[in-house]
Amino acid sequence: MRTGQTLRMVGFYAALLLSCAFAIFPAAWMLITAFKRNADLYDPANNPFLFNLPPTLSHIGFLFTETNYPVFLWNSLFIGVVVVAITLVLAVPAAYSLARLMGHWGEHSSIAIFLVYLIPPTLLFIPLYEVVTLLGLANTVWSLILVYPTITVPFCTWLLLSFFRSIPREIEEAALTDGWSRIGVFFRVALPLAVPGITTCIVFAFALSLSDYIYAAVFVSSTASRTVSAGVPTELIRGDIYYWQALMAATAIVGLPLAVVYGLLFDWLVKGFQVELPRSPRA
Amino acid sequence: MLAPAVIYVIALVAVPFFLAIALSLSEATVGNPAIQQFVGLDNFISVVHDAAFMFALRNSIIITVATLALLTILTILQVELLARDFPGKRLAQILLILPWAMPVALAAVGWLWLLDSEFSPIDWILRAVGLLGPGTVLGPANNLFYLGREWLGIGAVVIINVWRTLPLSTIIVLAGRTAIPNELFEQAELDGAGYFRILFQITLPALAILLTVAILFTVLVIFGDMTVVALTTRGGPGYTTEILPYWAYLKGIQGGALSQGAAIALFLFPVLLAVSILALRMAYRRQE
Repeated sequence: MRTGQTLRMVGFYAALLLSCAFAIFPAAWMLITAFKRNADLYDPANNPFLFNLPPTLSHIGFLFTETNYPVFLWNSLFIGVVVVAITLVLAVPAAYSLARLMGHWGEHSSIAIFLVYLIPPTLLFIPLYEVVTLLGLANTVWSLILVYPTITVPFCTWLLLSFFRSIPREIEEAALTDGWSRIGVFFRVALPLAVPGITTCIVFAFALSLSDYIYAAVFVSSTASRTVSAGVPTELIRGDIYYWQALMAATAIVGLPLAVVYGLLFDWLVKGFQVELPRSPRA
Repeated sequence: MLAPAVIYVIALVAVPFFLAIALSLSEATVGNPAIQQFVGLDNFISVVHDAAFMFALRNSIIITVATLALLTILTILQVELLARDFPGKRLAQILLILPWAMPVALAAVGWLWLLDSEFSPIDWILRAVGLLGPGTVLGPANNLFYLGREWLGIGAVVIINVWRTLPLSTIIVLAGRTAIPNELFEQAELDGAGYFRILFQITLPALAILLTVAILFTVLVIFGDMTVVALTTRGGPGYTTEILPYWAYLKGIQGGALSQGAAIALFLFPVLLAVSILALRMAYRRQE
């Protein structure tokens, strides 16, 4: 019994360590690279995981002062925040009204909304490119703000739908008979119960808009409007010249802080996918 | 309350979708994007006769299926790990979600450097332990050239895809795992069932449908996405690691043949539709 338990513990931690190593290996490599001097980096005989020459901040300095990285960062942040706002404004009311629509119609529309999510950007980017050009939005951040909700709204509506569905009608009806308005019930009863779902939506909408490459690469070709995803590879890969340290720094600067934020929200994200909500004790 | 979302989706998803079909039947180019001359199925016929297209179709299927298989196994493993409480769990969560926190394009560039033809640290490790280099198992060259060979390139794309989607599928399935009542496990343990018996007879059956949904969900994204290939192998060498979404982009935007690009992208749709209907039926059966 004792040895069995010890074996289990060893197996558990071995698997955990391997999982974590797989997840962070590329990131660790990026982080080391970002601080390496050229003479150290481009010598195949050197141990790549050690600093054979003292680390340097010069590549990060280069990234912030001599490239458009700060512009890309700002564009990505701006687009992300606006897209999250648009997504919530469109998806929350849509999900709530769908959840309260009884019968077949409600269910079929939710299937339809999920199917929309499954139409990939690859299928839409060519016609959307024409739409964006037609509207005169090509080469602006607004072209991306216009199209990213095509990915985020269906997904978030679908996710929130199951949240609102799982809120017992009786709670809302009790509040209604107490003389609250429908809007009041929505804001004071339904919304607070859907907080995990809304948190997940915010994280998702932001992550999806940050991650998109295809729209960002096709719709925007002027440097001033580029996002991190499309801007960094084009700016720091010039023909055959790769600014590896700056590229790795650019990735780590975005990825590591977000990993900490998402990681701390991990349990919330899991809850966001939980269809069955625990019943409210006051119900 | 529903109207704004519906109007938005019709205007920017439904209309462009039908526009894509119209484009694929026309002769539109980047220079002359008007949909005037209808040419029937000509675009479809000419794209199919392209050698690159056949590679793209083959690779899209292989990459998707291989990613699916690996992702399923690793998702179950990670869900089993994270369903427990252990010291340092928050740190583990931060480390494990990291691949998903990086924008795909930038992560792909990171992998490009990790798999560099000359300075890959993986090659360095292999050389250090005596597996790579002149007179060793992995051949006389000092490097493996991961992105410069057909099957190594495809394998690399699969690994990158698994790496970046694993956090998401883990989160989705973990939501189902934590919903299984604990009494079920306690009872089984009291009955003397071993770990693997509990895994295969209680956990996996309870998770089966959600697992399918989560995996299909992530795999659909992979099947329709070009980012990883566009930034690592670029479909090469030759067309040996080409995939459908990237080929549609190269042909339609880079090559200027909008109509042919749309036709290639439309080849994706039947597969996506069939798989999504399957996933949805399961999702709804689960909800009932």
